Amino acid sequence: MSDITQDGPMLAADGTPLKKSLARALRRQKIRALMLIAPLLIFVLVTFIAPIADMLFRSVENQIVRDTLPRTVVALKDWNPDGEEIPGEAVFQALNLDFQIAAEEKNHTKLGSRLNYESPGISSVFRSTGRGADKIGKDAEKTFTGIDPRWKDPAIWAGIFASPEAETALPRSARAYEAFAKSVRAEGKKEVAKAKLWPVVFSALLDDLTLAQPDAAAVAALPAPGPELVNAALAAGLQPIDAKQAFLEINDGWSKLDLWQTISAYSPPYTAGYFLNAADFEQTSHGIEARPPSERIYLKLFWRTLWMSMTITACCILLGYPVAWLLANLRASTANVLMILVLLPFWTSLLVRTSAWKVLLQQQGVINDLLVWMGLVSDGNRLVMINNQFGTIIAMTHILLPFMILPLYSVMKTVPPSYVRAAKSLGATPWTAFWRVYFPQSIPGIGAGSILCFILAIGYYITPELVGGTEGVFISRYIAYHISTSLNWGLAAALGTILLAAVLLLYYVYDKIVGIDNVKLG
Amino acid sequence: MTDATTGGDAAFVEFDHVQKSYDGETLVVKDLNLSIAKGEFLTMLGPSGSGKTTCLMMLAGFETATHGEIRLAGREINNIPPHKRGIGMVFQNYALFPHMTVAENLAFPLEVRKLGKSEREQKVKRALDMVQMGAFGGRRPAQLSGGQQQRIALARALVFEPELVLMDEPLGALDKQLREHMQFEITRLAHELGITTVYVTHDQTEALTMSDNVAVFDDGRIQQLAPPAVLYEEPENSFVAQFIGENNTLEGVVQEIKGDIAVVKLDDGELIDCKPVNVSKAGERTRVSIRPERVETNKARLQPGAHTLKAEVLEFIYMGDIYRTRLRVAGNDDFVVKTRNAPDQKRMQPGEQIEIGWLPSDCRALDA
Repeated sequence: MSDITQDGPMLAADGTPLKKSLARALRRQKIRALMLIAPLLIFVLVTFIAPIADMLFRSVENQIVRDTLPRTVVALKDWNPDGEEIPGEAVFQALNLDFQIAAEEKNHTKLGSRLNYESPGISSVFRSTGRGADKIGKDAEKTFTGIDPRWKDPAIWAGIFASPEAETALPRSARAYEAFAKSVRAEGKKEVAKAKLWPVVFSALLDDLTLAQPDAAAVAALPAPGPELVNAALAAGLQPIDAKQAFLEINDGWSKLDLWQTISAYSPPYTAGYFLNAADFEQTSHGIEARPPSERIYLKLFWRTLWMSMTITACCILLGYPVAWLLANLRASTANVLMILVLLPFWTSLLVRTSAWKVLLQQQGVINDLLVWMGLVSDGNRLVMINNQFGTIIAMTHILLPFMILPLYSVMKTVPPSYVRAAKSLGATPWTAFWRVYFPQSIPGIGAGSILCFILAIGYYITPELVGGTEGVFISRYIAYHISTSLNWGLAAALGTILLAAVLLLYYVYDKIVGIDNVKLG
Repeated sequence: MTDATTGGDAAFVEFDHVQKSYDGETLVVKDLNLSIAKGEFLTMLGPSGSGKTTCLMMLAGFETATHGEIRLAGREINNIPPHKRGIGMVFQNYALFPHMTVAENLAFPLEVRKLGKSEREQKVKRALDMVQMGAFGGRRPAQLSGGQQQRIALARALVFEPELVLMDEPLGALDKQLREHMQFEITRLAHELGITTVYVTHDQTEALTMSDNVAVFDDGRIQQLAPPAVLYEEPENSFVAQFIGENNTLEGVVQEIKGDIAVVKLDDGELIDCKPVNVSKAGERTRVSIRPERVETNKARLQPGAHTLKAEVLEFIYMGDIYRTRLRVAGNDDFVVKTRNAPDQKRMQPGEQIEIGWLPSDCRALDA
């Protein structure tokens, strides 16, 4: 008795804790197991998990506004988006520099497309502004070269802005010039000191000299001929740029409150906008609102995808259960032949099978012809069985049926016939014996088959696309559309994420109701 | 060969010229005639493929007879589906429903008979107590040991109080000790409850210890139907003699038959006296059967009138309670003698020449 009353962990014979000892003994095996799965693991991580994670991240990622219009985003913080006024001069001054730089870097169209998802029309405003914004810079350039032609020389700029003092003396110019220099270096064709200056640097210089008095000491510390040029310009009595006026002249889209609200709403680096969009909501100045009924498409599609997938799964159970039962209870030789018939679809291309359904189901197709010939349907009233939900359900049920039959079969194979016999000998009618004894034991197979069919169905693309028409397509169509046509990857990612979440939720519910332990594939 | 035996006229279960074929080419059961009295414990014993399980399945209703009639309590049941026959059955793998608890398993036959809840609970409790498993009602079959599952299967087959219970090798999966215990338990229950039992096994010890009557099956026929003692002591043909217990066979030709003595000339020329069982006339080939424990090696104990033969000891095996000695007798190298481990019993050495003897009445001349 005394030797088992021991405190603390169990010890191995040599006094080390038993757990540690066991872990050491198993380490080699674990390493070997890890090495065996390593190739697949790396492959999956690189080609599957990482891209998926990236796509999921895209559904909330929104750096583009902040990256393209950094000064504007900061300036907009003081603006009240719920007011009636568009932002003031300060924001337009920031926008002037941001936009000209973006236009030089050709980023403005990307941002335009991005914001166009949220508020249609922005893209064209951005495009037209991109063509006209450098006029502001060119005007400033004329002003400066009129004062002193040396301003035109890129080498002089290179000299001035090589100095650390430039940042203090002329902060806006320094940043605009930095963007220019970076772009030229990235292009790699010319030396920075010889490349043609962007007009925006003159805009920035004009802002530096007119919006605030530059720090005299810092100006004086600039390398020659910096102080001389700057002081001459200051002495010439420069007029500040009326950025607001200039932008409204280029495109009066900038006078619309809605545009500014959109930029403001999407200025944070992360956004729920894609998800709102995917759920038929939108972010307005008054908060989150449902879209007008005529613009709601995604919720309806999600709902349709779910109920149609469930219908398809239910059809698969109804059709597959008897077949699986037969397979499990026939003699092995007969069962093998039947099994080949079940597996046959796997050896036929998905496209071929789907196309075959088109031939069968269309109005001039085989089934309609047969019905007309038998006189069940009049020639004028041929059934519409394709390019609608009926077509999708028929074709998908056919395609997913093996995924239901196989797990059902493998589970039914493990149920000995003596159970049903025992139930019958105990007085149960054949139906009771089936329902109370056989069926409960086949539930794991139904569970496995249903999960398999449902998850495959919910993300199916090709078949609904080919036989579904407009009424029978799934959400997958819009994911594909946003990936490959509209290039709104963020929205596609949000739609995909919602789909994934729905599957996981259903999986969880399933686990709660049926129990995931009750899923067997054999 | 054998028709109805014990039980008299009031046959409870009757097989009347029953035949069964699965493929339409060969008969698995050939002309079976059998009647079982009420309350009888009948065992169908035979090697695998002898048709015994098929007979049981026909009785239970899971197989249909190709020809002939099966009657239960005077009523023909050939066309009655299994669930209406009211026959309790214990399966080889127990067939306890894994998704139900023990109590639910037991309640199942009562439920399908639409018994009330309180009556059901009462009967389930009684049945569980009957097999000493009262505390296990809430468990799942998978949580029970093989022996416990066996008891539950038995209780389930009995809970709806059937008059006939069929058991298909129910103890096959148990270890020896448990099997012996359950054999006793099953016979006790069967006799206490007065139910008719048909028990299928290929284990002859089981058949001998449990049954009122044993039907020995071979090749689709009943070779002998008799109480265990008769079966063992007086096998009617050489198959039964070989199949039941250990048996020594000496081959020879019948020389002459005088009343209840047949003189057989063994193949090595020796003449012995036997009891004629399956031989009718002189000149017939015969197999003479003697049980190993009826052979005496100690001359002092030989009964008067015993027949003696010379033998050579080939092997001696000490088995605790008995000695098993293999001898060469009349050209047969596999002649086995079993002797009780008594204080005065001599342990023989291989190579020793001895004399053995037996009573002519223990030596049966059977078919060749």
